[in-house]
Amino acid sequence: MKRFIPTGKIDTRSGFGKGLLEVARENDNIVGLCADLTGSLKMDAFKKEFPHRFYEAGIAEANMISMAAGLAVEGKIPFAGTFAEFATARVYDQIRQSVAYSEANVKIAASHAGITLGEDGATHQIMEDIGLMKMLPNMVVINPCDFNQTKAATIAAAKYKGPVYLRFGRPAVPVFTPEDQVFEIGKAVKMIEGKDVTVIATGHLVWKAVEAAEILEEKGYSVELINIHTIKPLDKEAIIASVKKTGCVVTAEEHLRNGGLGDSVAQLLALELPAPLEMVAVDDIFGESGKPDELLAHFHLDTVDVVEAAEKVMARKR
Amino acid sequence: MDTKDLSLLATQVRRDIIRMVSAAASGHPGGSLGAADLMVVLYFHTLKHNPATFTMKGEGQDVFYLSNGHVSPVWYSVLARSGYFPVPELATFRMLDSRLQGHPTPAKGLPGVRVASGSLGQGLSCAIGHALGKKLDGDENLVYVMMGDGETEEGQVWEAAMFAAGKKVDNLIAIVDWNNQQIDGSCEEVMSLGDYPAKWKAFGWEVLQMDGHNIPEIIATLDKAKSLTGNGKPVIILMKTDMGRGVDFMCGTNEWHGKAPNKEQTERALAQLPETVGDY
Repeated sequence: MKRFIPTGKIDTRSGFGKGLLEVARENDNIVGLCADLTGSLKMDAFKKEFPHRFYEAGIAEANMISMAAGLAVEGKIPFAGTFAEFATARVYDQIRQSVAYSEANVKIAASHAGITLGEDGATHQIMEDIGLMKMLPNMVVINPCDFNQTKAATIAAAKYKGPVYLRFGRPAVPVFTPEDQVFEIGKAVKMIEGKDVTVIATGHLVWKAVEAAEILEEKGYSVELINIHTIKPLDKEAIIASVKKTGCVVTAEEHLRNGGLGDSVAQLLALELPAPLEMVAVDDIFGESGKPDELLAHFHLDTVDVVEAAEKVMARKR
Repeated sequence: MDTKDLSLLATQVRRDIIRMVSAAASGHPGGSLGAADLMVVLYFHTLKHNPATFTMKGEGQDVFYLSNGHVSPVWYSVLARSGYFPVPELATFRMLDSRLQGHPTPAKGLPGVRVASGSLGQGLSCAIGHALGKKLDGDENLVYVMMGDGETEEGQVWEAAMFAAGKKVDNLIAIVDWNNQQIDGSCEEVMSLGDYPAKWKAFGWEVLQMDGHNIPEIIATLDKAKSLTGNGKPVIILMKTDMGRGVDFMCGTNEWHGKAPNKEQTERALAQLPETVGDY
């Protein structure tokens, strides 16, 4: 049964650009910074409408992040945008000291995250960024799944006071969440009620999990699907309540197993409710060049991988 | 405050530095002592600020960022003595539960501190960000930042230098404590700064130089720097100092960059720094 019919295919970064523009129209304190990737980040509409509130930092991400901290101290709400690799790994110390430890109200807008960055290859395909960011005290980590949710997340991040890491991607992907959704940071979205297995997915893998749930239902399984856009703070109550019911979990994400969503869920369950867990994630290797869809299949981040993980984890339950 | 009073206060600040570092048995006396004259002039003469109405935003006031956060003792002393927090709190420096962390942070709620520093090279960028915000608000007050000379070996400083000049951030006065000393030796030995004024000029900055121990010259140079703001260029003052200035056995050497004096050394140091406005 098709529960979710996509209304189209758009990249999540466009959701960020749209959300930024909308929230900037409401709040004069919103400013934007970008490190020579304004078009890629979809910040060009913001730049055009608010040229005096946009700062081109050039290819100098460290300076951009610390400037964003200074702007935040001064009372502005800066969105600092670049590719996820340069927005995290390259500037970890700047984020740690000037932003997270200083509790600066900076929003790090990270595009082209994960393997689906595609042809540019491993230098740019960061799959460690969620782990890097979630380890920082005070940092909120959000990884929305489609255009609408990314737009809503951007607006929510602007309204939240504190550091936020907002992760989104490059390729056009199905749009299947509501246009006018309420986005509550730290609150999981239950997409399907079920009782045999809990599937917790984030980012681009939410759609794969939707497709997997349909296949599993055709096979006679009842799947509970949780779309978890906020990795930190993790919605522990939603996860525990679901796993109490289903008794087993699959996590799915476009990230390394180390440091990702699965790792957070595993920690929670190990401490509070031990249960069989399978992780759809990349296991301790770098990416490589290819088309996004080919890469998802190659790195076992596809619909079929979620289905297999669910069948495996249900078998472990018995 | 006149020159004589500023000078007396600088002596007391140096005394505070020695007493804080000695009591904590750790900390960075060398750079703190070297920057004491500048910091006293800034906080008691030059900066337009009101400790009683401190806000992170600093609306309607000048703001100061300390980038070389390891010289926290000198900053804490001038902040306390200008009224940001009670002077006796200096006794908690580097102790558990203190707001006076080894390196400065706003995370413990210490008034006067706006961003954490310690990992070097970030303060100039933060100051530029604050200066951009002031411009957006139409607040014509200034942003000041101090860096160490060794600190400017960090690449981020030059990213920031390029930005500030390229984007005409002209409500900013940066000061480099040019004592030519760092942990592993002189800057010449560790990493030559080369023709240092020429480097900043080439990046598009207004470059001034001063003797960081001559109070009238500090006042005059800061006034000159202020007069150069608003003209499309960021301003930098390269301030020649002696690391460890004020204590003979600490002066002009990198040996006391990050080392606390023992009891006997503390007594010898304090004997050279008479109590002027009162110990905490």
